[in-house]
Amino acid sequence: MTPATDPISAPDTTQSFVLIRLGERRFAVPAPQVAELVAPSRIFRFPHKSPEVEGVILRRGRMIAISDIADRLNGKKLTTRRFFLLATRRFAGQLDWIAIPVSGECELITTDMMEAGPNDSPHVAGWLSHGGEVIEVLHLSVLTPGPAEQPTLVQSQSLVRGSGFVLTNSEFKEVLP
Amino acid sequence: MQAASVSRAPQPRTEQIILFRVSGQTFAISSASVQEVRSVDNIAGMAQDLPDSTIRKVRHSIRRGDRTLYIVNAALHFGLSPQPASLVFFLRRTRTALLIDGIEKMTTMSRLQSLSLAFQGEERNWYRGLTALDQTVIPVVQPAGFLSLEELTLLEAAQLAADTRAIGAKTSGAHVQ
Repeated sequence: MTPATDPISAPDTTQSFVLIRLGERRFAVPAPQVAELVAPSRIFRFPHKSPEVEGVILRRGRMIAISDIADRLNGKKLTTRRFFLLATRRFAGQLDWIAIPVSGECELITTDMMEAGPNDSPHVAGWLSHGGEVIEVLHLSVLTPGPAEQPTLVQSQSLVRGSGFVLTNSEFKEVLP
Repeated sequence: MQAASVSRAPQPRTEQIILFRVSGQTFAISSASVQEVRSVDNIAGMAQDLPDSTIRKVRHSIRRGDRTLYIVNAALHFGLSPQPASLVFFLRRTRTALLIDGIEKMTTMSRLQSLSLAFQGEERNWYRGLTALDQTVIPVVQPAGFLSLEELTLLEAAQLAADTRAIGAKTSGAHVQ
């Protein structure tokens, strides 16, 4: 039975999230944005001027940029990398992949998210409560490097709908003429 | 019939590329973009100093027919520590002659992936994208990305100053005779 709340002002916010560990803290990423969790592999580096990008990894023929978000969230880079979380972001309708180093096991949960308030940082999409912890839900398109734009409300809502940990995504821009 | 369907299968699009080295880093360029490859020794006598150049990566120019090409040090362009260059690529449909360390090989790429949106710096002009060859990621350079319009304008001014100086030297030499 649902709590006695106004059904108009309290929409169903039960969604799936992947909990990730970055150092001492845990964060949540909407599950539909998460494609895969892979063991750290060779990082390919080449000259560029995007300081938040460490390089790229090659995964199933796809070249995915790596960005260590722990630095921005915790103030220090990860010392131990157990996995790369492969996630997707959307910029003006264009899907883009990113690999995020994480320091521990990940967990898939289904819970309610409380929307972020006006005083929350832009990278916070919302909050959830799990295992006695209050956990930030991350807006990856804000937190990870990309074109300077905020996702629209519709985009951010579409990010957190749906479920399923493994998401295969066929959007892969080939540029060979 | 199975044989008929096999014969109708579309051929993968491919592109001939040259893999070349700059300060230990491997890059690729479409072989169609390279008009000519010469050794540095071969062009040494033909290059003209550009002492007024404010573009650090360009110190010389070279006349090719009625056009002036600017000799771009690829290592400085990419922010790498320069090493003695041995070859020059004359790039088709550009005003760039590119100083490189050497050629690794010619090969074919069948897939070019656009640069991730995580890359937001000058590299978006430098590269057409990334390709994977033998489980290695290689950036594919954009021939037009070595000199911007602004840089070309500055170089033309430096070239004009160098030409004026050369004419002045010739004229004063003629007076002495």
